[in-house]
Amino acid sequence: MRLSAMRLIVIAFAVLGISMAVIAAEGELDAMRGNMPLLEERTPEPLYPVENRDIRRVRAYPMQPPTIPHKIDNYQVDLNANRCMSCHSRVQVGESQAPMVSVTHYMDRDGNFLADLSPRRYFCNQCHVPQTDASPVVDNTFVDIIDIIRQSPDTEQ
Amino acid sequence: MLKRIKSLLSNFWRIFRSPSGYFSLGFLTVGGFIGGVLFWGGFNTAMEATNTEAFCISCHEMRDNVYEEIQPTIHFSNRSGVRAVCSDCHVPHDWTDKMARKMQASKEVWGKIFGTINTREKFLEHRLEMASREWRRFEANDSLECRNCHDEEAMDFTRQSPRASEAHRRGLIEGDDTCITCHKGIAHELPDMSGVEGWE
Repeated sequence: MRLSAMRLIVIAFAVLGISMAVIAAEGELDAMRGNMPLLEERTPEPLYPVENRDIRRVRAYPMQPPTIPHKIDNYQVDLNANRCMSCHSRVQVGESQAPMVSVTHYMDRDGNFLADLSPRRYFCNQCHVPQTDASPVVDNTFVDIIDIIRQSPDTEQ
Repeated sequence: MLKRIKSLLSNFWRIFRSPSGYFSLGFLTVGGFIGGVLFWGGFNTAMEATNTEAFCISCHEMRDNVYEEIQPTIHFSNRSGVRAVCSDCHVPHDWTDKMARKMQASKEVWGKIFGTINTREKFLEHRLEMASREWRRFEANDSLECRNCHDEEAMDFTRQSPRASEAHRRGLIEGDDTCITCHKGIAHELPDMSGVEGWE
């Protein structure tokens, strides 16, 4: 009788220890949030300054939507106005000298050309984003296709 | 009726014209001077009071629409803590221009009394009209209220981003653009811009 009570206590401690270890491990897994219990609020990191150098960046693959090389703070893009298109639309590039949005933005999904921006391409930030110099929170294993071509045996000789 | 008003007016004019037979010259000059100072001080104080942010947002039309919208913008909260309040952009700083603007603003009192924009829907309906009026005003006075703080003589273009300095050189220095030509909607949300030049 006494032995089984002892055993019960030991098992209880073991279960407690294992569950605590699991909880701790879970905390470590969550890299974005840091080691912070779910119900507690972490002090947010300061916002990183957005790169504003107006230098075009290389695209990681040909179809990649180009990233925005300038600040877009408080740019209004809604039913009433599209701040981006006040520089990047076909009729505005002469005035603004900004690159025109690619011709795909003037096509419907069947490839027919439209007179104006396609509604499905209206919200610029769905694809295009500005960049900061924040260090990545998880490692990126992406390899540019051009590197793979260079490394492939056919092109080696 | 007309006769009575006429006789009242001529009576007043007679008293107004005749020299004072009661008050001393000293009292009249010193009293007039002090009265003038008090009147002028009171007038200017009252006018300055209508130039404060608290006065503007005492109406819900301003507090719930444009005041809400300015708060996330750089003219309300920024790294250096310099803030532009309503009157900094919407009322000229020079006395005569200010008086002219204040007289125009009496129309806004009319609108307030008759509830022209007393709901969000009504406000949005009139937004293009109201915004266009401000754009026209800024275009006519060469964006004077912007330039009260943002003087182009004091602007170091080399400290601006390449895009900004290039656009300022092209539009402001070589072209005949003014601040508002490009910087519409920096402090408040824009109305429906279809048909507005530069936004189609």
